[in-house]
Amino acid sequence: MRGMAAFRERALARVRRWKEIYEGIYMVPYRTAIQREWRRQRDILFVLGFSDLLGVPSPVQLYTLELIPEVLEQFHSWHLRMGMEEPPEGGFRCC
Amino acid sequence: MSAVALLVIGISAFVTGYRVYSRYIARRIFQLDPDFVTPAHQFEDGVDFLPTNRHVLFGHHFTSVAGAAPIVGPAIAVIWGWLPAFLWVVLGTVFAGAVHDFGTLWISSRHKGNSIGTLAESLVGNRARVLFLLLIFFLLLMVNAVFAVIIANLFMANPGAVLPVWGSLVVAVAVGLLIYRSGAGILVPSLAALAILYALIWFGQYAPFELPDLLGLSPTAAQLATAGSDPGAAAYAAQLDGQRVGWIVILFVYTFIASVLPVWLLLQPRDFVNGHQLFVALGIIGAGVIATNPPIVAPAINTHLPPDAPSWFPLLFITIACGAISGFHGLVASGTSSKQLDREPDSRYVGYGGALGEGALALTSILATTAGFALYVGIDGWHAHYGSWAAASSGATMAFVDGVAVLAEGIGIPHAVAAIFAAVVVISFAATTLDTSVRLQRYIVAELGVEYGVKFVQNRWTATFIAVGSCAVLALGLDRGAGGMRLWALFGTTNQLLAGLSLLVLTLYLLRLGRSAWVTAVPMAFLLFMTTWAMIVNLIRFVSEDRALLSAVGGAIFVLELWLLFEASAALRRMLRARGSSTP
Repeated sequence: MRGMAAFRERALARVRRWKEIYEGIYMVPYRTAIQREWRRQRDILFVLGFSDLLGVPSPVQLYTLELIPEVLEQFHSWHLRMGMEEPPEGGFRCC
Repeated sequence: MSAVALLVIGISAFVTGYRVYSRYIARRIFQLDPDFVTPAHQFEDGVDFLPTNRHVLFGHHFTSVAGAAPIVGPAIAVIWGWLPAFLWVVLGTVFAGAVHDFGTLWISSRHKGNSIGTLAESLVGNRARVLFLLLIFFLLLMVNAVFAVIIANLFMANPGAVLPVWGSLVVAVAVGLLIYRSGAGILVPSLAALAILYALIWFGQYAPFELPDLLGLSPTAAQLATAGSDPGAAAYAAQLDGQRVGWIVILFVYTFIASVLPVWLLLQPRDFVNGHQLFVALGIIGAGVIATNPPIVAPAINTHLPPDAPSWFPLLFITIACGAISGFHGLVASGTSSKQLDREPDSRYVGYGGALGEGALALTSILATTAGFALYVGIDGWHAHYGSWAAASSGATMAFVDGVAVLAEGIGIPHAVAAIFAAVVVISFAATTLDTSVRLQRYIVAELGVEYGVKFVQNRWTATFIAVGSCAVLALGLDRGAGGMRLWALFGTTNQLLAGLSLLVLTLYLLRLGRSAWVTAVPMAFLLFMTTWAMIVNLIRFVSEDRALLSAVGGAIFVLELWLLFEASAALRRMLRARGSSTP
């Protein structure tokens, strides 16, 4: 019985591996284009939602601050990408 | 000679090339290092750079490089007999094409994942980058024009393929929406799409569609002269022209729309479904050859060549570009694959192995046209089909389609369904290339605009319009599309020139490292010599036939060729002088 269970486990692992390869082949050719577009749209969202941090008054800042827990990690990569080594004044303590 | 014997010899040569020659290059020339930190690890950002499983990368690379071109080229080139085509496909792939793909992947991963264009600038000189962009521009121009003509001809010859081809677009969009909007997995929608596609192929035989001739074109002087005393024949030829023009216009309108749509919606699911088609087609043809083991009816060397056919030497080497060696592969290898290479030794499996896969596709094209098709129509029918150079060029894909149908019959697939299946395979591959090429052409037009400070062409819509418009003018400008296949030789030449430039970059880098460079220098010299000679032959032909458009485009490509030869000799001289002066 133990042999059967081990065989089943090995077979399932193999199926999972082939499925990953199969799905990987779907994603790879256009991953860069899709990720770039996704990043561009996210950057626009950050500018619109947190423009206060860049010195542009935003009437919705009070509400968008609620997004902090959701976007903390992305906020860090965003300010680095925008050329700011440190998070902008009044921003989140992300690094 | 039986088809199975030829298949076994070809595949054995590929396996030997992989196990012996590529291992030699990996160990002695490129000296692949498993500890080398590839750009995918060094710059990992999840966008451009991401270490990727080698089987995934192989699947991406193989399905990206294998398309309609390795089917069409050999299907034309068998006019000289199957032996020259077979030898060039096998030896060209093992010693030139696969080395080129392997090398471009390796050199790019050694240079932060930079493209061949950027490497050409740093290793050859500043002008090389512009030369690279112009070569790509002309390559894409030829590809788009000639593939639009091929698809139009296939739609006209196989009306049953219209429904599955256009139906597959709707299915692809549905797959894209399911995956990205509904969060469905990838496996089930993709396999369902494939099942629907095959159902459409089966249904296609009962729902043929012929595009009505809406243009009502008048017969040309040449058509009237050919028809002689039969005005009905001239009117019918003009009607076919009208249908062809109609399809070409529809195709370019479609590519315009497809190239500006988000890639996840159409291109990504469509490419993926076509990737399945590639494996299914290879499987069906291989199984058909083994099951039926047909004799190769076509001659090994055709001694009854039509009078207008050029000599195989050197035209063979530009007629079969993809399937032996192709510069386009370098764009894929250095553009995306190199940025996702997990370990440096994977470049052998992905680059060399991927090119061998394309060589296998070219091999199946030779078998389908010289064994399957030739068996179907008999030796006299085969000679009649390849009765002139023009007929061989425009009828090549039809020979492949009928050949596949004969082989597929051997494993129980009805002839009519198999013919539609083969037509759909070629059309889908050509259409995928068309989509990608127009998109790439748009980027090249915009980049050339930046290079020369022309602002308005940098706009997305203008660049797309220029990309599509220039290809449409070229396709329709040659006898209303009927002469579009004459661009095939120019496409082959440009593709080989691009490969020559990549091999030059590789040779210079190997010399700089102080390593033996013959593995890239010999194919480079061979390619440059053959393409120059073939181009001179073609230009003489175009000018003597008073073909203004072909002469102009061919002349422009010949200038690029001379430019490349000049850059190559100057850069090699510089490098050898530098090596000489550094030797004590």
